[in-house]
Amino acid sequence: MNPIVFGYLAAAILLLSLLAVTNKNPVHAILLVIVMFFHMAVMYIGLGAEFLAAVQVIVYAGAILVLFLFVVFVLNIREETGGERFSSVWPFGLSIATGLLLLAVILSGKVRLGAMGPYTPQVISAETHTKILGRVLYTDYILPFEIASLILLVAVVGAITLAGREDR
Amino acid sequence: MNLFDLWMGTSQGIQGAPGAAGAAGVALQLAIIIIKVAVIVGVLMVHVTWATYFERKAIGHMQVRLGPMRVGPHGFLQPIADFIKLFFKEDVIPASADKPVFFIAPVISIFATMSAIAVIPIFNGFVIADINIGLLYILAMSSLSAYGVIMAGWASNSKYSFLGGLRSSAQVISYEVAMGLSLVGVMMMAGSLNLAEIVKAQQKYPLGIFAIPQILGFFVFMVSAFAETNRTPFDLPEAESELVAGYFTEYSGMRFALFYVAEYIGMIGMSLVAITCFLGGWTGPFHIPYVPFAWLLIKLYLMIFLFYWVRATVPRYRYDQLMKLGWKFLIPLALFNIVLTGAVKLLVKA
Repeated sequence: MNPIVFGYLAAAILLLSLLAVTNKNPVHAILLVIVMFFHMAVMYIGLGAEFLAAVQVIVYAGAILVLFLFVVFVLNIREETGGERFSSVWPFGLSIATGLLLLAVILSGKVRLGAMGPYTPQVISAETHTKILGRVLYTDYILPFEIASLILLVAVVGAITLAGREDR
Repeated sequence: MNLFDLWMGTSQGIQGAPGAAGAAGVALQLAIIIIKVAVIVGVLMVHVTWATYFERKAIGHMQVRLGPMRVGPHGFLQPIADFIKLFFKEDVIPASADKPVFFIAPVISIFATMSAIAVIPIFNGFVIADINIGLLYILAMSSLSAYGVIMAGWASNSKYSFLGGLRSSAQVISYEVAMGLSLVGVMMMAGSLNLAEIVKAQQKYPLGIFAIPQILGFFVFMVSAFAETNRTPFDLPEAESELVAGYFTEYSGMRFALFYVAEYIGMIGMSLVAITCFLGGWTGPFHIPYVPFAWLLIKLYLMIFLFYWVRATVPRYRYDQLMKLGWKFLIPLALFNIVLTGAVKLLVKA
């Protein structure tokens, strides 16, 4: 990927995430996250993962964040924006985040890369990302895929049972 | 063309050596894309302008009245008069509105609906962005258009707008699922997500369309398209008898016009997707010389007429009926269509 484009995307993603977590207005914070998701989708396209980019927009920006907005709409915005910017436990969270960052910096020199897989950017570009992803997911990784589907199904059934508990 | 190659600026793929010739090639490619965009947007805006006139005339005659008659012959210049009126109207902003969100909501609506048209092949070889994941891109853009409505509803800080926005978001999320699933059958039959290739794959089938073997998918897609574009019988987000004008109650002047235009572009966009995926795109029963996009336009006008026809015929759904129809009827039907398509495909192969 072009280093200038990568630099812009990385900087924008970081900046938008920071703005989102420091924003007092929850609706504005969600809108900033949407813009960040779009930058991530562009990043995926730059890395040759076009299916992932489309799914990023359809699932995350299109469905999950709309549900977030639903929840936030029910909050009283005036009350929310009036209080403190962060809850009282923020030094604790900050120390964990700093610790993890330090750990990543220390260990980054020790990382050893595994052997290259068969799917180089050239192969993906020739055969298209969507086709390869579909084939690999439904042949080599069919069992993990089915297990994940089952777990999601259990969650869906659980949610419906919890929501519809009162007698009709 | 691969999205990855489009990004790199070379149609030869990543092996293509970038250099002085490569830079000139990129500039030329960019210029061609900009010209294509200008042509499509220009043609689209003309169509949107007179789609409003066509709608008022068609519905007028269906209700045994004349529709607009005063401006120009048979009221033909009415849309221009409407545009001038909207352009010079005062832009009222409610005092308690969330201003940045209020300003940006109509822009998001129009951006999302308009950019979906970029991947539609107008005729053989003419498309702004010939990408491999064209169909997914359209689904992504249509899911984005919900944000304009939701944000407008919330930012107006009015009960009517808010209820309209909430209704719309629930409706769009529900029907998006049905729409995505209804297109899976098309993807399976064409073996591609590229819209030009989907059109070419239809030539092997009777009449050169997918609508006959994919009749279930076509039905689910059309019902979802009506719901996605907030058209009657699914125009609950702007139900005037209960919510004044729904999510754009507080909008006026040019910002209102943007929502209005976005609705018509959305309708044209959905018609174009239906034509490309189910009705054979730019191809037709016989060849029309000199005008390669003639069939596409004929199909588009018939499609838009269908939208108006339904509006003049069918009464509005109740909200719980709308949700029931989406989740308990259309989604199972679309899933059944996927199973059926897969089974038939395997049986034919065997």
